[in-house]
Amino acid sequence: MRGTESPQQERLKEKEQGLAQEEAVDESDLEGETVHLKVFRYDPEVEGKQEPRFDDFYVPFEKGMTVLDAVMYARDEFDSSLTFRHSCRQAVCGSDAFFVNGKQQLGCKTQISELKQPVRIEPLPHQEVVKDLVVDMDHFYDQMHAVEPYFQQEELPDGDLEEQRQSRENREKVKMSTRCIWCAACMSSCNIAAGDNEYLGPAAINKAYRFAMDEREDDEIKEHRLRIVEQEHGVWRCQTQFSCTDVCPKDIPLTEHIQELKREAVKKNLKFW
Amino acid sequence: MSQSYNRGLIEDFGRWKEFSAGMWAWIFHKFTGWMLIGYLFTHIAVLSTAIGAAAGDPAAIQQETDVYTTTIQGLESLFIIRVLEVGLLAVAVFHILNGLRLLMVDLGVGLSAQDKSFYASLVLTGIITIASVPTFMDGVTI
Ligand code: HEM
Ligand code: SF4
Ligand code: FES
Repeated sequence: MRGTESPQQERLKEKEQGLAQEEAVDESDLEGETVHLKVFRYDPEVEGKQEPRFDDFYVPFEKGMTVLDAVMYARDEFDSSLTFRHSCRQAVCGSDAFFVNGKQQLGCKTQISELKQPVRIEPLPHQEVVKDLVVDMDHFYDQMHAVEPYFQQEELPDGDLEEQRQSRENREKVKMSTRCIWCAACMSSCNIAAGDNEYLGPAAINKAYRFAMDEREDDEIKEHRLRIVEQEHGVWRCQTQFSCTDVCPKDIPLTEHIQELKREAVKKNLKFW
Repeated sequence: MSQSYNRGLIEDFGRWKEFSAGMWAWIFHKFTGWMLIGYLFTHIAVLSTAIGAAAGDPAAIQQETDVYTTTIQGLESLFIIRVLEVGLLAVAVFHILNGLRLLMVDLGVGLSAQDKSFYASLVLTGIITIASVPTFMDGVTI
């Protein structure tokens, strides 16, 4: 079967198997215990918090507890000034990407039972910290908007109110790329993005991929999209370190998509006929 | 925004323990690439001076007393030069193996095994380097 699966599917399968193993971790070990959190604190407006520091919290463990649950408990029970963003609690809104034990992860998608203690929780690296675990997302959003992250089509379908139909194959092609929840975990993990503030970054390039590969858009628009990603701070900045792919909570094969756009850009420029 | 805290990039190498396989592969590839360039220039420097000297007296070359031969023999008799040669081999082998890996990555082949292929490059480099030690160290006195 292996040969018939796309690299994406293979990767997903492997990841699922890995997850199944992780789930086998015996949670009962932690039952009735407290979890030791070390949380990054910073607040420019409060004296004593202007120098970043780590605060310790001891939170009673509950079955199924996530990192987000734990920091919410710490905020609600111990220190109401502890600040972080969250909303959906189900890996959909992209608000709560933190740097947990040295890895960018969604708080709401990370089980406490799978982490070594003390659990070190920091704001995303390479982003300016506004307060505690909250980072400034403006730059990330700017990069996302730079690739024109919306469907563009000159001509409308003939019939009134008719949908813009997409073939099944084409939908499969872009499926993974549509999953992005704008959490910025990938951007934060990327060495190159850290050193080059103008680099579009994995999420924005993935967004460009999502539309460049959509057959319903015209060839001219695809070319326009390729021109955006092939500029100096676009796809060629990627050094294939796979950090983004490693951390993406939605399992998007980011490096794969960036590499494919590199090849598309080369093809476009080599084409003389 | 009133004020924000820039943790900067300094932490980056501070958290080297958290680097992923792909990051190490990148660091090693850069390092080895530039080492090879560095070697290339020293190599040219040594040879371009020595070759001029080698074009000298045929009789001296016959007796191995010409500048070229004595220079090379002198260098080769040094323990440190032999060690550096082993290092050069390791650097070149890793660069080539990981270079092939990067070629595959660029072609989109086997991306899901990119970490394993990096580890394989490391292990192979180690084996080849160790296997080369007897050859490189042959006849050298410390
Ligand atoms: C069979 C031999 C070799 C192979 C397969 C190879 C492969 C590669 C590849 C694929 C890259 C690009 C990496 C990327 O994607 O960013 C690269 C970079 C480089 N290579 Fe090689 N290479 C070889 C020999 C050499 C030699 C002999 C030298 C020096 C004399 C050298 C010096 C470099 C340098 C300086 C870089 C750039 C490193 C950087 O990113 O700053 N390579 N090599
Ligand atoms: S690509 Fe993945 S890691 Fe990056 S912003 Fe989107 S969901 Fe988050
Ligand atoms: S709270 Fe919405 S993604 Fe975690």
